[in-house]
Amino acid sequence: MITIALYITIAMVTLAALLNVYRLIKGPDAPDRVLALDTLYINAIALIILLGITLGTRMYLESALLIAVMGFVGTVAMAKYLKRGSVIE
Amino acid sequence: MLDRLSFPQPWLSLILFVTWQFLSDGISGGSVVLGLLLAWAIPQLTQGFWPERPSFMRFWLMPRYLARVIKDIIVASFQVAALILSPRQPRPAFVCYPLELEHPLAISILASTISLTPGTVSVDVSDDQRLLLVHALDAENDQQVIDAIRTRYEQPLLEMFK
Amino acid sequence: MNPFAEYVIAFLLLLGGAFTLIGAIGLARLPDFFTRLHGPTKATTLGVGAIMLSSVIYFTARGEGIGISEVLITVFLFMTAPVSANILAKAAMHIGVNTMEGTEGKPWEQ
Repeated sequence: MITIALYITIAMVTLAALLNVYRLIKGPDAPDRVLALDTLYINAIALIILLGITLGTRMYLESALLIAVMGFVGTVAMAKYLKRGSVIE
Repeated sequence: MLDRLSFPQPWLSLILFVTWQFLSDGISGGSVVLGLLLAWAIPQLTQGFWPERPSFMRFWLMPRYLARVIKDIIVASFQVAALILSPRQPRPAFVCYPLELEHPLAISILASTISLTPGTVSVDVSDDQRLLLVHALDAENDQQVIDAIRTRYEQPLLEMFK
Repeated sequence: MNPFAEYVIAFLLLLGGAFTLIGAIGLARLPDFFTRLHGPTKATTLGVGAIMLSSVIYFTARGEGIGISEVLITVFLFMTAPVSANILAKAAMHIGVNTMEGTEGKPWEQ
């Protein structure tokens, strides 16, 4: 039963990622694109966790942690750039 | 010299130490040494960036507040989900929320809570820290949003930071 | 594996997937930036939280110990979601993105 639920969930999260890509391409403004990227990395974390459950291993959690940290820093840097025109003042 | 060996922020140091133990897959001699080193070095290096600590804070009220926030997040997420899936247009509004809290830490906790609970996102704090600009996804009127935030979140925080 | 644990895991997985999808639908179909901000910050964060919880239960039920990494990631996501939403909203306000018709009130200028 877990296997079926797992496949349905992977399909849903993949569809979510595709919708994010749609917003990433369509825009219309820069903050929309940054927001789409932000959501995209959170979905990538979800997919990594699901992959870990599918394969029955914990190895991939480290990469999920790294993506979480790097994604947050990236979002903040991009938002700062949009607001001030430079990342480091 | 002794000044340099102290832990200026004991709580931060404790959190850093415990997090490092979790990250390093089981407690060993090496992870304890490295954890202690990090718990000492990071507060020292970032000391200039930390805001002033509140003079008094009732920590023991925190779990009750957190439980309420988590419950609200889950319950109200279903409302936002229904709103996103329903065909009608939402009625968004920018609401100016007059703050009663004064301490910066309390204000940032309140702002984060508002952002996490569905239906509202905090956008900005005015320069004199008296007004909070909140964007509500679906508001019938401003007063309703303000009252909901005041009774559910600001009152417990006011009790905590008195 | 304990059948009860299986039901809980399957339920949490489907709930998490549904919330993630709803967050993305909100991002794709709501009319302006400030309304779009609502979907990802909450629905997606909650969805990923539910998926993490199912992962914790899954590995615990298999007898591989309680997963701390998942809890750390979840706590981190819940802490950073409001911060990135807030800073993005500030950036959008600074740029002056259009708000949808019928929005009450205005973002202020400082």
